[in-house]
Amino acid sequence: MADVNIAVDEKVDITDVVCPVTFVKTKVALEELDDGQILQVHLNDGEPVQNVPRSVKDEGHQILKLQDNEDGTYELYIKKVGD
Amino acid sequence: MATDYATLKKGGFMKQKQKDHFSLRLSVVGGQVSTEQLVAITEVADKYGHGYVHLTSRQGVEIPFIKLQDIDKVKEELAKGGATPGVCGPRVRTITACQGSSVCPNGCIETEELAQELNDRYFGQELPHKFKFGVTGCQNNCLKAEENDLGIKGGVRVSWVEDKCISCGVCEKVCREKAVSIRDGKVTIDTEKCNYCGRCALSCPTDAYDTTPGYLLSFGGLFGNSINKGVAIVPFIEDKETLFKICDAALQFFKDNANPSERFKFTIDRVGREKLDEVVWKAYKG
Repeated sequence: MADVNIAVDEKVDITDVVCPVTFVKTKVALEELDDGQILQVHLNDGEPVQNVPRSVKDEGHQILKLQDNEDGTYELYIKKVGD
Repeated sequence: MATDYATLKKGGFMKQKQKDHFSLRLSVVGGQVSTEQLVAITEVADKYGHGYVHLTSRQGVEIPFIKLQDIDKVKEELAKGGATPGVCGPRVRTITACQGSSVCPNGCIETEELAQELNDRYFGQELPHKFKFGVTGCQNNCLKAEENDLGIKGGVRVSWVEDKCISCGVCEKVCREKAVSIRDGKVTIDTEKCNYCGRCALSCPTDAYDTTPGYLLSFGGLFGNSINKGVAIVPFIEDKETLFKICDAALQFFKDNANPSERFKFTIDRVGREKLDEVVWKAYKG
């Protein structure tokens, strides 16, 4: 597992839900944060990893890193942009 | 005086089962109908038809139950709202299109203007049999490009921009063709596998891809009595001029070689695929 030196402000696990709730849960978690804060999202391989990063980008937030846990899950690090 | 059904059909008036009644097909380009046209269509359907319209399988609008004696008045009233009759019979039919990149988040190419340009160049052109163009903005293929005699599908050619890349790995995950691979922070795109869908570029958080929109063409599609998926002949085309040259060449091939009432696919089969390949490649190379 690669080293990730990102100071995370909040974490959300979206491996227990399916599209479109994956993105909804992520969006709700981002709404709780202030501009510039970092959210770490725990997500599954397949559809979530293919769609959630793009949806987050389309909302205007900044993706810092996608880390492969090599167990069928990923960590996505998002910096909140705007309120 | 005998009714000239062929001329009426050419002008979009489709003979109904009911004597002296016609379903009037309107000209629609790329599935776009203005509210002004809709108002005129509504008024005509109420006054001369049965108060409804039929939406056809190829984005057309038809007003059923127009009486023979009302045809001239109907045309006149529709014209006031910018609506005109379409065509049927052996000629270039309605140019269909999805909404493309000006509206759709997945769209790789602009489709509205392209459909209009194709319409201006080819719509209603007389041919040995019907000929259908369809324009779809991306690989999702909402407009089903390959079921048309000539299908146009939008795509993007991508190239990686190293200094913008944060090696997040999203592009590798979203690529359904397994064309993107990342090794030691370097992105490689397998051009043999890439289908120009653009998912890598669309999902890239830092826009570390340069994209060039273009067209993928398919020839000889059918979806009626016989079903055939149109086939690709030339690779990705990046300019409209080449696109139109190829469309011109394909239509000319059809005019020169088709028997009456023979669809493009069957002309290709009878004359030989290599003959079509030759003219299409010639147009492609300019």
